[in-house]
Amino acid sequence: MTTADALQDDRRPRFAPHVRMTFDARRGRWVVQAPERLLMPDEIATEVLQRCDGRSIKEIIDGLVQAFDAPREEIAKDVVVLIGNLQRRGILVS
Amino acid sequence: MTVPPPLALLAEVTHRCPMRCVYCSNPLALEPASRELPTAVWNRVLNEAADYGVLQVHFSGGEPTARPDLPDMVAHATRCGLYTNLITSGVLLDKTQLPALADAGLEHVQISIQDVDPTSAERIGGLTGAHERKLTAARWVTELGLALTINAVIHRGNVERVGDMIELAAALGAGRVEIAHVQYYGWALANRAALLPSRQQLDLATKTVEEARTALRGRVMIDYVIPDYHARLPKACMGGWGQRFVNIEPMGRVLPCHAATTIPGMRFETVLDGSLAQIWEHSAAFNQFRGTEWMPEPCASCNRREIDWGGCRCQALALTGDAAATDPVCHKSPYHATVKTLAGAETSSEQGALFYRGDRRVQQTAMGYLGPMAGAAEHG
Repeated sequence: MTTADALQDDRRPRFAPHVRMTFDARRGRWVVQAPERLLMPDEIATEVLQRCDGRSIKEIIDGLVQAFDAPREEIAKDVVVLIGNLQRRGILVS
Repeated sequence: MTVPPPLALLAEVTHRCPMRCVYCSNPLALEPASRELPTAVWNRVLNEAADYGVLQVHFSGGEPTARPDLPDMVAHATRCGLYTNLITSGVLLDKTQLPALADAGLEHVQISIQDVDPTSAERIGGLTGAHERKLTAARWVTELGLALTINAVIHRGNVERVGDMIELAAALGAGRVEIAHVQYYGWALANRAALLPSRQQLDLATKTVEEARTALRGRVMIDYVIPDYHARLPKACMGGWGQRFVNIEPMGRVLPCHAATTIPGMRFETVLDGSLAQIWEHSAAFNQFRGTEWMPEPCASCNRREIDWGGCRCQALALTGDAAATDPVCHKSPYHATVKTLAGAETSSEQGALFYRGDRRVQQTAMGYLGPMAGAAEHG
């Protein structure tokens, strides 16, 4: 998928069953818990993952553009790469 | 130096198990039921773990479902906010226990299989009828909507059916498959000459796994652990000693890995001696091989020292006699050539007799070194 496609993408990525993101108070950061796996997303990934709640990829990108006042193309590229990667690893489904 | 708290707790709630797998990673001498920690103590440990920063608990054994209070402990872990995994053979699970575990908040069940061929599977597992019971249990797991991992332990006798095992796992609805070559400690060390695959068999299995990964991408995650003896670089055993995992034995000893008890001269505290945090941060055992200060050459000056953390201490002990040596799987170790020679010699022999738990001959051949959960859980 190209980033241009992503801007129109109406798939709705969400966490796979038994995968959840929780705030780890001890470490002061968000963590993604999955069967025998643990991911520690960085700040950008955390922002993207917090929006994987039923919104479409297009809506996720829109929200991030608004929140961070960054170029749409750049954000779209980050979002597509991250979501693709986490889908391959079974963390997200759509 | 501040020590970061562990990420995961391996709760070995019992050593009891109806199976007698010839590569079992448990100690040769097992704890009887009468010495197991009671529910209340496990629950206290789960509280401490969650408060300290542990995020996941793996209920393991032995066969953890041999404990009738397992649903109580899982429920308690859930209340503490821990993510709960059950590591089981599946042979004792019945239609009432599994829903009780699901109700208790269990997220994920890992069931091990020995082969796709029941005769071969049961020869390795030492329990008649086990294969069918495992498949039934796996189906119940997905019917209840729990996450399922199928763990297939690979050795010379089943290496050619790696592809079939992945296919079976996918058909059972597993979201994750672990293809883990046997690691040679404990019972597996006693049976090494009969279990170690040849280099050629390994390469074929690796190719099969890579093809399956592509074919099943996005549907089934495949984790793959190769046998160390054919490697050039050691694994970061347990993600580094005293860094990510804390292991608690049935009677309460707190260990950096479940093989550590066989390292001569080490003393381990129990959960009755102090808090988990105290033991993790201050006990001599956890500090002995933590970080890089203990390292000999060639580790001390190696640029991978904070990647593999010197490899596995128990493997160093098993193969060199010194737990503080560089893991001889590493090509920089002076013992590396010996490991290669040994791997070549053993895999060119015919598959021989297998030693089972309860078989007295084992006491003379096995040295009692146990298998760490290396590579079993990737955290990153």
